[in-house]
Amino acid sequence: MTARVGVVTFPGSLDDGDAARAVRIAGAEPVRLWHGDPDLHGVDAVVLPGGFSYGDYLRCGAIARFAPVMETLVDAARGGLPVLGICNGFQILCEAHLLPGALTRNQHLHFRNRDQVLRVESAGTAWTNAFQPGQEILIPVKNGEGCYVADTATLDQLEAEGRVVARYVGGNPNGSLRDIAAITNSAGNVVGIMPHPEHAVEALTGPSLDGLGFFTSALKHLVGAPA
Amino acid sequence: MPRVVVDVMLKPEILDPQGQAVANALPRLGVSDVASVRIGRRIEIDFTGEPDLDRAREIADKLLANPVIEDFTVRLVETDETADARS
Repeated sequence: MTARVGVVTFPGSLDDGDAARAVRIAGAEPVRLWHGDPDLHGVDAVVLPGGFSYGDYLRCGAIARFAPVMETLVDAARGGLPVLGICNGFQILCEAHLLPGALTRNQHLHFRNRDQVLRVESAGTAWTNAFQPGQEILIPVKNGEGCYVADTATLDQLEAEGRVVARYVGGNPNGSLRDIAAITNSAGNVVGIMPHPEHAVEALTGPSLDGLGFFTSALKHLVGAPA
Repeated sequence: MPRVVVDVMLKPEILDPQGQAVANALPRLGVSDVASVRIGRRIEIDFTGEPDLDRAREIADKLLANPVIEDFTVRLVETDETADARS
């Protein structure tokens, strides 16, 4: 049976269309979910896409966290549902306390939009098991508030538990501490990533096909293939 | 009726690039004696009845501030005072 992967649209989401397309190219059925509907419609995994939910008012992701769909999603994620938050989705996962730390204004204050090399540090998550540990990949980064911060104890814990999922290589685009581009929760089912794998799934529109691995990983995870 | 004012500031250890950008612009105004600038956010809350500071703290903790990176203070001010502050 084809896996069904939900993609949530908030007011101000931008990359929900591309995320749904990436899900389809990876071989799953994308299911569009609406922020105002708490029903996850029986999906097997969820992507929180990039964009500017609620206009980034107050803080990025701060208001989206209280959307009806999030109440259901937070419980489902704690129960093991694979959830990938991309860019604004990563910010929402941090605001919802599914992931530690926070994303703040880029240190240099400039919006950064470029193709970015990442090193996959952890291939043990629901969203990265298609990669080799240490593998370098190229996907677009585009953010104004992508500077990952957390206190030293949290950072040390993330490192010690292998929960830094990816790091920036060849230049840190936003000042993120320890070059962190992606992290996961302790169970490995929830991943937040600042760059955009959904924009690197086709030769026509992306710099590589490296982003596809995130989506095929979730499908592998769902059929129980060993990570 | 008094108004609740919530001030939200980045924690001291969190870099404030906006504040730094403002501080770096000050010499262009001829100001050279400012050591640092930090930028925060002020939120004014009017309750329908008596102001409820505990409720305001809950709002601040859950929504207005992100305790991972920000501190907040909650206080009551007379509404004329906030009008004065704006004039």
